[in-house]
Amino acid sequence: MIYNNNMEKILFKNIDFPEQYRIDNYIKNGGYQALPKALKQYKPDELVDMVKKSGLRGRGGAGFPTGVKWGFVPREIKKPKYLACNADEGEPGTFKDRAIIENDPHQLLEGIIIASYAIGAHLSFIYIRGEFAFGAKRLNQAIKEAYDKGYLGKDILGSGYDLDLIVYRGGGAYICGEETSLMNSIEGHRGFTRLKPPFPTTAGIYGCPTVINNVETLSNISHIVLNGADWFASIGTSTSPGPKIFSVSGHVNKPGNYELPMGTLLKEIIYEHAGGIRDGKKLKAVIPGGISTPILTPDKINAKMDFDSICDVGSMLGSGAVIVMDETTCMVKAAKRMMEFFTHESCGKCTPCREGTYWLSAIMKRISQGKGEEGDLELLEDICDNIREKTLCPLGDGAIVPILSTLQNFRDEYIQHIKNKRCPLEK
Amino acid sequence: MLSELTKEKIKRLKNLFPHRKSAILPTLHEVINDLGYTNPEIFKEIAKLLDLSPLEVSETASFYTYFPKQGTGKYLIQVCTNLSCSLLGADSLVKYLEDKLKIKVGETTSDGKFSLITVECLGSCGTAPVMQINQDYYENLTREKIDKILNDLQ
Repeated sequence: MIYNNNMEKILFKNIDFPEQYRIDNYIKNGGYQALPKALKQYKPDELVDMVKKSGLRGRGGAGFPTGVKWGFVPREIKKPKYLACNADEGEPGTFKDRAIIENDPHQLLEGIIIASYAIGAHLSFIYIRGEFAFGAKRLNQAIKEAYDKGYLGKDILGSGYDLDLIVYRGGGAYICGEETSLMNSIEGHRGFTRLKPPFPTTAGIYGCPTVINNVETLSNISHIVLNGADWFASIGTSTSPGPKIFSVSGHVNKPGNYELPMGTLLKEIIYEHAGGIRDGKKLKAVIPGGISTPILTPDKINAKMDFDSICDVGSMLGSGAVIVMDETTCMVKAAKRMMEFFTHESCGKCTPCREGTYWLSAIMKRISQGKGEEGDLELLEDICDNIREKTLCPLGDGAIVPILSTLQNFRDEYIQHIKNKRCPLEK
Repeated sequence: MLSELTKEKIKRLKNLFPHRKSAILPTLHEVINDLGYTNPEIFKEIAKLLDLSPLEVSETASFYTYFPKQGTGKYLIQVCTNLSCSLLGADSLVKYLEDKLKIKVGETTSDGKFSLITVECLGSCGTAPVMQINQDYYENLTREKIDKILNDLQ
């Protein structure tokens, strides 16, 4: 498989072009060429097959094959079908979708229009987190431009295909990035999760077949249509093809978004692209894919960053949000902070998550304050065990990750907090 | 009471979606833009405009942190304290803001100008530490930067 580290930028090719967000500039830089090609040369099913063949997997975190998901939408059903673009980017450490939305929104819109055509949707949504007020404004401006040019609305480019697109702003709830909560939110309900099955492609928004794809996922579509499935499959690794945007933050010299082929070494992302650890300090731990993915110790950073390889060293690719922590970081404090996030964001529907996250935060608080008690670590593990796989959505399973993975790798640090009644890193 | 302009906007939202309940969240955003808070009286007004029951509106509204029951100061300072921002000193910036504004997190200055809260990840971790004031992001924060930002807000 081709592993080309000097990969030309694809999604970020024009991200720094001045006013790339304006439709004229997007077109000048090669935009809106895939859409007429898709509408005129391909039947919807052929596009589904093309995306299947490309091997594109969902960039929101789960890595589900995008074309396969599209293929689940029943063709003959009389009900309307919907596409929802998940722009509820909220996994701590992740800031890639925001970059696309604010700087190159038409790349996303073009992907949404093609995807909507492929699944037979005539109304699609972009569900964007409430905090991204500026991003929502940018998208609405871009959508207006697209309507004016005939890329949205009735009879798009004379193809007979109609599509309307609505930006739907969330209300500040992380859980609404989970697909069933997102659908409930668009329907005007509380952002509670739903039991699956039925899956969204069977019964989604308003009970109709719905495809939910992440911003980065959909941004790949126009490139696949223009350059072909084989071209896309030649980038990255055989089971995780394509480019990936890695968001790097924390104790690095050059934090930021880096578009690299899937399968780039974690070590290379940290030390070459993000410029290594600040102030010449040593690496202590790294989270490879947002705080729902297990923490890795420095001996694991030779792993490749793709959906499968990173699992071999005991973590997950998630959203590709790399959070780097140097030797001055207290892992108990870090885990406590992550735990508080999940406690705040638990929607409250499933008891194990609602109650369990509350108690995990309470125990982490006392340990970090030097008030931990003997048996607290076993208690933490017991509560985690009572959440694991006992909730409707993955938030519960994600919530126990920071504690379990720090306990596994930095148990001594917890013990010192309890034994010495203080943080060993505080002088 | 909602302004006539907001009421007009809400009436337009009512028919934008296949089901009118979907208009609740966009409506609440309009209300926050207009008044800065919600309350049971406002839920009644919204319900009437959208042809829903007040309970349907309040049940949805109460789930989301974006639609507070109380108004805030003219400038709502929201400091991210999630992991990436914390690693780069967000906690000490919160303390700095508390000392500077002479309020605690969750409070509003006596002149009603600033409210201070901490929030979860704002999705700007590459430019941490970060805060949002009303709808605008302020990135790569330092104490000096905060001084300047607050000075410039009138």
